[in-house]
Amino acid sequence: MKAILALENGIWYEGEAAGAPGQTGGEVVFNTSMTGYQEILTDPSYAGQIVTMTAPEVGNYGVANADPESRGTQVAGFIVREESAIASNWRSQGTLRDYLVANNIVAISGIDTRALTRVLRSAGVMRGVIATGDADPSALIDRAQALPSMEGSDLVLGVTCERAFDWEPATSPQDEFAPTAVRRKRRNLRIAAYDYGMKWNILRRFNAYGCDVRVFPATAPASELLTAGPDGVFLSNGPGDPAVLSYAISSATHLIDADVPVFGICLGHQILSLAMGGDTYKLKFGHRGANHPVKELETGKVEITSQNHGFAVDPDSLPKDVKITHLNLYDGTVEGLRHTKQPVFCVQYHPEAAPGPHDADYLFNQFVEEMERRA
Amino acid sequence: MPKRTDLKRILVIGSGPIVIGQACEFDYSGTQACKALKAEGLEVVLVNSNPATIMTDPEIADRTYVEPLTSEILESIIAREKPDAILPTVGGQTALNLAVQLGELGILKKYRVELIGASLDAIKIAEDRLLFRDAMTEIGIATPNSRYVKSMTEAFDAIEPIGFPIIIRPSFTLGGVGGGIAYNIEEFREIAQRGLSLSPVHEVLLEESVIGWKEFELEVMRDRADNFVVICSIENVDPMGVHTGDSITVAPALTLTDREYQRMRDIARRIIRRVGVETGGSNIQFAINPDDGRIVVIEMNPRVSRSSALASKATGFPIAKIAAKLALGYTLDEIPNDITRLTPASFEPTIDYIVVKVPRWAFEKFPRADRTLTTQMKSVGEVMAIGRTFKEAFMKAFRSLELGRGNMLFAKSGGRINATANVEAEDDDSALQRSLAVPNDQRIWSLFRAFERGWALEEIHRLTKIDRWFLTQFQQLVELRTQAMLVGLRGISPDLMRSLKRAGFGDWQIGSMLGADEEAVRAARVEQGLKPAYKRIDTCAAEFESFTPYLYGTYEKECEADPTPRQKVVILGSGPNRIGQGIEFDYCCVHAAFALREDGFETVMINCNPETVSTDYDTVDRLYFEPLSFEDVAAIIAREQEGGGDVSIVVQYGGQTPLNLALPLQRAGIRILGTSPDSIDLAEDRERFSKLLWDLGIPQAPSGTATSPEEAREVALKIGFPLVVRPSYVLGGRAMAIVYDMAALDRYMMTAVQASPERPVLIDKFLEDAVELDVDAVADATGAVVIGGIMEHIEEAGIHSGDSSCVVPPYRVAARHVEQIRDYTRRIARALNVIGLMNTQFAIKEDTIYVLEVNPRASRTVPYLSKATGVPLAKVAARVMVGRTLAQLGLTEDLQVSGVFVKTPVFPFVRFPGVDTILGPEMKSTGEVMGGAQTFGSAFAKAQLAAGVKLPSHGAVFISVSNHDKPAVVQIARDLKGLGFELVATRGTANFLRAHGIDAEIVFKVNEGRPHVGDEILNHRIQLVINTPLGRESFFDDKFVRRTAMMQQVPCITTLTGAAAAVYAIRALNTEGLTVRSLQEYHADLALSHKP
Ligand SMILES: Nc1ncnc2c1ncn2[C@@H]1O[C@H](COP(=O)(O)OP(=O)(O)O)[C@@H](O)[C@H]1O
Ligand SMILES: Nc1ncnc2c1ncn2[C@@H]1O[C@H](COP(=O)(O)OP(=O)(O)O)[C@@H](O)[C@H]1O
Ligand SMILES: [Mg+2]
Ligand SMILES: [Mg+2]
Repeated sequence: MKAILALENGIWYEGEAAGAPGQTGGEVVFNTSMTGYQEILTDPSYAGQIVTMTAPEVGNYGVANADPESRGTQVAGFIVREESAIASNWRSQGTLRDYLVANNIVAISGIDTRALTRVLRSAGVMRGVIATGDADPSALIDRAQALPSMEGSDLVLGVTCERAFDWEPATSPQDEFAPTAVRRKRRNLRIAAYDYGMKWNILRRFNAYGCDVRVFPATAPASELLTAGPDGVFLSNGPGDPAVLSYAISSATHLIDADVPVFGICLGHQILSLAMGGDTYKLKFGHRGANHPVKELETGKVEITSQNHGFAVDPDSLPKDVKITHLNLYDGTVEGLRHTKQPVFCVQYHPEAAPGPHDADYLFNQFVEEMERRA
Repeated sequence: MPKRTDLKRILVIGSGPIVIGQACEFDYSGTQACKALKAEGLEVVLVNSNPATIMTDPEIADRTYVEPLTSEILESIIAREKPDAILPTVGGQTALNLAVQLGELGILKKYRVELIGASLDAIKIAEDRLLFRDAMTEIGIATPNSRYVKSMTEAFDAIEPIGFPIIIRPSFTLGGVGGGIAYNIEEFREIAQRGLSLSPVHEVLLEESVIGWKEFELEVMRDRADNFVVICSIENVDPMGVHTGDSITVAPALTLTDREYQRMRDIARRIIRRVGVETGGSNIQFAINPDDGRIVVIEMNPRVSRSSALASKATGFPIAKIAAKLALGYTLDEIPNDITRLTPASFEPTIDYIVVKVPRWAFEKFPRADRTLTTQMKSVGEVMAIGRTFKEAFMKAFRSLELGRGNMLFAKSGGRINATANVEAEDDDSALQRSLAVPNDQRIWSLFRAFERGWALEEIHRLTKIDRWFLTQFQQLVELRTQAMLVGLRGISPDLMRSLKRAGFGDWQIGSMLGADEEAVRAARVEQGLKPAYKRIDTCAAEFESFTPYLYGTYEKECEADPTPRQKVVILGSGPNRIGQGIEFDYCCVHAAFALREDGFETVMINCNPETVSTDYDTVDRLYFEPLSFEDVAAIIAREQEGGGDVSIVVQYGGQTPLNLALPLQRAGIRILGTSPDSIDLAEDRERFSKLLWDLGIPQAPSGTATSPEEAREVALKIGFPLVVRPSYVLGGRAMAIVYDMAALDRYMMTAVQASPERPVLIDKFLEDAVELDVDAVADATGAVVIGGIMEHIEEAGIHSGDSSCVVPPYRVAARHVEQIRDYTRRIARALNVIGLMNTQFAIKEDTIYVLEVNPRASRTVPYLSKATGVPLAKVAARVMVGRTLAQLGLTEDLQVSGVFVKTPVFPFVRFPGVDTILGPEMKSTGEVMGGAQTFGSAFAKAQLAAGVKLPSHGAVFISVSNHDKPAVVQIARDLKGLGFELVATRGTANFLRAHGIDAEIVFKVNEGRPHVGDEILNHRIQLVINTPLGRESFFDDKFVRRTAMMQQVPCITTLTGAAAAVYAIRALNTEGLTVRSLQEYHADLALSHKP
């Protein structure tokens, strides 16, 4: 069946339907990772977004039960150049196509994804619509223009958990492929985590480092997390514009003063920055991939990182008592921060990888040590 | 970290002659490294015995030693140059092994030179398989279970714990020479024996087999701040058991989940740390069990490699250049990415296309060779193709191979398959099964055959172990073909045509599937508005802007070529390396590019060989990594023309490949620079050419052409035996033979060639015992001709020019003959209106000079001659082609040399058990070396040494020659006696020598009893073998003698002329000894210095 992708700027592409039939709209973004499409499909940070893979052959190794980053797929739509007819890998439990259909994800294949990427790179990310079957492109373009813009909308409420729960390792166990973590001989540490759309691999990593995690909804007041007296508090990744998340920002403010180790990733990092008095802004086309070089300023070492964000922290907006710990070597944007007085630190990128390199796994250890020093 | 300031002068070691397993990828890497070091203000001293390289161009290094790559020679260079450090990681295994020797001999300590790029320990741990395995075990990384053995008894003890099949690999041999897979005790005995004798340290590793597992490679880099990046992942389509050099490979890896891929990356990082490669690139090979994901490490190469060259071309990330900078102390984040300019080199390239590499073999040259593919590399070249999908890249790769019908993977409508893939449609299924189950150079054709016969994918998977994902792609290609054949060309819908083109089908392929001609298909395609778009290779999948027009064609919407309105010259490359058309032609293409770029033209390169300098995006203004087929070339030129600005092309430099396109391109209205295609044809067309020579009054061996066996007989009767026979339009003496009687002639006409009116067989009188010479000249539009040099062959006519050693200036030819040759050359050049290069081969017999052939194009000898004379002939010719005159370029006289320069070929025989080592009119060498000195003797000795032939200074010489050669061997024998050698000979030869007062000990032939000559060689009683092929007569044992000698590394000379030269060389070795001198010094000597 044929399918059409239409963008708000009037450009449209015709291709083949590669997932569920129907129409879908969202912010069209591109990801340059060459592996890990299943992790990407299931990453809640992609809520409201239609993801284009720049890697042209997608679906080759199918999908595996062990690889999702959340309960199900999260993207608004999916775009690939060439869809694999079969799944060939010993870990695979099915084809990409069946997975997309089962999860009702509208997808398109066979279009010039490089041309599309170049459009997004030069014009910036924009809203778009995928429709399968015979559809009128101009109608789709209108629809794209009518979509709400990501700036200013709260996408977290759509992906956070309803009520607090303890993470059960059994839900999605650590796999043999992960880096080996230094297991603690002392008692397990207890982490209270804000779920803004948390990737499971963060939980798997904490677990590997000997931590028990209780997960809280984004709207839970800080006091609720602190009552149990956790060894540390974690702010997760998540979708959309951080600036509108007033409830999250105010709880973050409490946490910073609570004198408890705090660690944030991605959206969590942006929320902490806002709470510390900084500003965030929208990037032209964001960072989405698994090859971005990030420099840790203290050691001068470069990490190859997994990235997925459309907003960033404005370095000039940061108060004195916040120091920049990591910078992106592509465009100099802020990748990591640390509070000079409080045990608070956070990174814009994804130390939990999934997909991507494990270079930044040391950050989990760093958080654990931070907690142990006080436990 | 900033650059080190303590390093001022660096010695770079090149990889020597082109051999199987070590080809021009090391010229590409080495040239990059030298340029990078120089750009950093360092003084670069280079040693490489291979003159046919860009890196040995005098301007690339400050001092260039074209000298043998031995520890003795390197010590003299080190003593002379006192370098601060040696960079051993860009010269392949050769350079690494040398570095290890220099270390073990204490030479590094003695002269206080440091190794940069890789330390001695790192090299040892990586290259010594035992140390490597132990290091891996120590950090908990699995390797196949293995044992080291130093003797056969130890070997047999190791069988039980390991179990069959067993992988056998000698340590410190190149490309796995002497290795193999043994499935049973017999094979085991044979391969282990061979391995033990071939390993320089007489050690082999016996290893558990993981045949059939998936094979992967990672190209990684590390800097001295311990930053680590993966440049590229490569997946082998052929599973474990077939050498990566012989495997169809694809980048990036396509069948691994992110978790598996990241695990492999983590392991790679731990390996490079443990091995201790502090700066630079490494290649790490893995095997993964397809059933449970179990991963083992196969090996690590702590240096740039064939795969790193492939990775550089596949990603646009120049590994060798960056490695050189890292060796100087920079860190990755301090080095900018050339292509994006704004981002640093400390990142991992991500690609939005698929790259496929396909090897090319030369088995047609070695009919007796075993064509099965194992752990020992056998291919001589490769092509790379780029597409947006695997199917497209794969099909483009086969279009690039230049196998004629062999480009065709499918059965022709009707059935018969091309000769190259001699899998015939009528082959029975069991033959097909065997060809699928036992890897061989034709397996891929068999695979398509099987799909065409409707074999189940699972069955094919069971036989080949090739991943189902790839098999599915092949199956889809076969389905597309079937759809097309159902409807035929007329019936093809726009959608189907689009699908075919997007799947990489060439117009020609579609045509021959549908029994239509290429032109008709093109017309149909154009009518449907289908033409290729060009996309950029940018290291970042379009995340950033690319400033480098490094392009590939694909059937997509958006074209990023944006051609300029500048005046352009398109240079057609020479495609995959093969015997007869190798690096020499790429060298010439690169020179054309350099010269014309300097002169302000926009240079555009089209080529598909990933090993070369010509496909370095630095070499030209615009690089199209595309097949050299008419379809692809014409499309690129059309696209470039759209930019405005005049477009013309150079077809003289890439060997036969572009010449075959010359006429069609001219017909398509494209301007061809230099000598006209008609002149080229005039020189290639025997009838026309003979007439021309006749008119010029220049002698040519009596000749004729035949399109049938009957005609051949007539010609033979007319001119008389012996005869040289060959097909027309070939390079490297393909299918060429010398026949001494009717029977042999008939056999040749029946079996060896398919003669036809458009492809007649050429028949020449064979000039026996004639002296052969090669002449390269440049001619301009005014008719001025400058002769670059007259090269006298050491071996007589009848040994292919590419296979005989040659020397400039001539050392035996009479002055008047030399003058006459100059005169002939000038007149021929003018008569052909040559504008550019011309190569002529002459033979002198009984005071008459005959023309053997004229090639109005770049030749194999141009680089060597350029190094000897110091004048870059290819550059000169390129400028002449765009209108300059030789006078304007300051070339008014024929070129001179100071000193004597000998070029000697190297052969791949050692890799092909059972293949005879004798030479003939069909070229068999893969590469060449040059030796320079003040006397012929020393120069020849050096060239031999550089080619790996260690001539003895004393000991015993075994002599066995044909009756025809007996008279001439007397003087040689006498000289050897004079040099203090003992003589050992077979009865006939011995008696003949005795009759001439030279006593020689008689030794049994192999079939006469024992101890026979073979035993004597094995017992190290013989240091030199002189054994001429016995012409008409054939003793079945002399091949055995030659091979035994080769395996024992006892020099074996198969021509008397070669033997006579060896006598000079031995005398020189014993009296003069060997000294080293840089090209720059030789060139400075030349009184008149030409400025191109
Ligand atoms: N244990 C093994 N089982 C099966 N095949 C092997 C094994 N080890 C090596 N091979 C095959 O042999 C090839 C050459 O081995 P490698 O260690 O890479 O030697 P080289 O130094 O010649 O590259 C590999 O590419 C692989 O296909
Ligand atoms: N008439 C001949 N007599 C003796 N040797 C010949 C003759 N013709 C060709 N040869 C030998 O065959 C070799 C290859 O022939 P050539 O014409 O050079 O073919 P190619 O085009 O492959 O170089 C020559 O180098 C020469 O040694
Ligand atoms: Mg290898
Ligand atoms: Mg090796």
